[in-house]
Amino acid sequence: MSDQASLALSIEHMSVYYGSKLAVSDVTIPIKEKHITAFIGPSGCGKSTVLRSINRMNDLIPGARVEGTINYQGQNLYDPHVDPVEVRRRIGMVFQKPNPFPKSIYDNVAYGPRLLGITQKNKLDEIVERSLRGAALWDEVKSDLKKSGFALSGGQQQRLCIARTIAIEPDVILMDEPCASLDPIATQRIEQLMREELRDYTIVIVTHNMQQAQRASDYTCFFSIRKDETVVGQEKRWGVLIEYAKTEDLFNAPESMETADYIAGRFG
Amino acid sequence: MTDSPLPKVDPFKQHLQRRQRVGRVWGRVFYLCNFVAILTLIALFFNIINNAFGYVATSYQRAPSTLSDTPLETLDKAGLAAILQKEAPKKLRVLIRDTLSRVSKEEFSKLPLSAVLNGSVLTPDVANLKVSEISDDQAVKILIDNMDQVGLYNAVMSQIVEPTILQSWPLFESLTQRDTIAAQIKENYPDAEMVFRSWVNSTFLQNTVSSYAISAGLRTALIGTLLVITITSLFAFPLGIGSALYLEEYASDNWLNRLIETNIRNLAGVPSIIYGMLGLTVFVRLLAPITSGAIFGVTDTDGRTILSAGLTLGLVILPVIIISAQEAIRAVPPSIREASYGLGATKLQTIVRTVLPTAMPGILTGIILSLSRAIGETAPLIVVGASTFITIDPNGPFSKFTVVPIQIFQWTSKPQQEFRNTAAAAIVVLMVVLVILNSFAIMLRNRYTRRLGS
Repeated sequence: MSDQASLALSIEHMSVYYGSKLAVSDVTIPIKEKHITAFIGPSGCGKSTVLRSINRMNDLIPGARVEGTINYQGQNLYDPHVDPVEVRRRIGMVFQKPNPFPKSIYDNVAYGPRLLGITQKNKLDEIVERSLRGAALWDEVKSDLKKSGFALSGGQQQRLCIARTIAIEPDVILMDEPCASLDPIATQRIEQLMREELRDYTIVIVTHNMQQAQRASDYTCFFSIRKDETVVGQEKRWGVLIEYAKTEDLFNAPESMETADYIAGRFG
Repeated sequence: MTDSPLPKVDPFKQHLQRRQRVGRVWGRVFYLCNFVAILTLIALFFNIINNAFGYVATSYQRAPSTLSDTPLETLDKAGLAAILQKEAPKKLRVLIRDTLSRVSKEEFSKLPLSAVLNGSVLTPDVANLKVSEISDDQAVKILIDNMDQVGLYNAVMSQIVEPTILQSWPLFESLTQRDTIAAQIKENYPDAEMVFRSWVNSTFLQNTVSSYAISAGLRTALIGTLLVITITSLFAFPLGIGSALYLEEYASDNWLNRLIETNIRNLAGVPSIIYGMLGLTVFVRLLAPITSGAIFGVTDTDGRTILSAGLTLGLVILPVIIISAQEAIRAVPPSIREASYGLGATKLQTIVRTVLPTAMPGILTGIILSLSRAIGETAPLIVVGASTFITIDPNGPFSKFTVVPIQIFQWTSKPQQEFRNTAAAAIVVLMVVLVILNSFAIMLRNRYTRRLGS
């Protein structure tokens, strides 16, 4: 794991506002290509907000506003000329609760490619198989791809969502607490997926589970909350980045007291 | 605790028993509500069926059995025309005038047949003769060439057989008091025959209106209903769904849009006769060039056409469709919308590929309910100008029309008991049409639900 690994993304001095409320303040993070970066921190510290800003999902929330830049392949993603649809094609997302479409397994995975205009059956068949293999789900579902996506277990559904995401061959995969609603075995399976089948992807994962961050990631960002309680009745809270480091460094020798406290479980 | 003379009662247990008891009582109340609702439905159903079948006392001017050995309705055109020629030769020319003439009564006897029967099939030898100059054979040939079997059958029935229904009995009585009825008929109408009649029969569907209950039929009204409903559907469904899509997916949450939504909801509660008045002013009068077909070259009618009726009914059901479509779209979980956007779908792609298919069952339910309501609407169509007595079948959007509920209403307003029977028969037909339409929509909905697999 070289320090000279190039950057897939570079978040620079980004702040996110919902209307007039500041949600995240002045975040600067490098995301190393083909490595796994984890975001950890207490509830409400803005890690999901930062994650969703990367693929411009916050655009869907009326009143959401972003200052600063996110550079991806030499392009600022928040440049007015950039189409968010194009961004999301290159930067995929897996959500906290598995959300397969109410369609068959095949149609779930083929959804993305069909959006791009691929309609030939043999091409789609190939993409579906490749994606399901890439999500370690092929062997379990290959006998009946017409089954509804809902007929799978929670862990399988999440892997289906991962298959769906990689079907359009993104460069980056964002994962917003993907194992939060899964049992430990399913969680393990997904972590294995991240290490093995998905090792050629750049992954950014938000997680509440510090052990998962330690196990699964190469780099970690620790976020925390800042408050302004000067005006009574109008307390303001926003998230800030406290520390970014290689995972083993952050957990073994954190630079900030706050990080150390959080890791030790003294607050959460 | 000191010993007390009062019996020891566990307050929790007592309260629990009371709560359970109250629960049971309310359970029975809900059951009663259901029971009353079902009872009412059964009573309604029974009442209609009761009036649609039963014994009748019929008398004939000329009994059909004396005219032919086989039942009259099975005879072909030649056979029926032969009966007409044999039994009522004097009425042949009157028949030609009543069914085929295009001119007034005075002109009919003065002009040659080619002018008078404009559009009918005429052999060259009679084309230039006046009606008084043709022979019986030639008259019969004109009738055979230009009338269909149903028309000739009706002519035989009305001119020769002349059946009259003297009295009719409801089904329940017919089944349980057959002998009493037979005795009654013998006493009051000694010459009459006792026949079991199903008022819903094929002639009922094939005939048009008449002043006689026995030959009154639903054909014109039924075609009118089907045409009107087609126009209503084509107008209201796309408009309603599109409107709901805009309100749910594109409109931002500001005061103007909230005002629009509130108004649409209010419109759903407006009495439908007001829509009739609106339709009269806008579609029938203001837009008369369009609704009467004048723009398209149709000149023989005013704005009181099927098109106006269909558009007016469309307005009646539009708010309901918008509301139910909105609810269905809103019920689509935001998580799968996010999933779609996350995969790089545009807003339109997300709507077409995810939101609409998922919301389809709910939207179809709204459509089923609206259709059922539209078929039964009477008041707005009366205002918009349904014809009170119409015998020519409507054949397009620019025809004059009547619809089944209006026909039912007119029949129930007549004094004769027999028209109550025909009204009941019409209700049965209407319900069958409704069930067919609903089944089709339910089948569609089931197909969508199965495809969603949830």
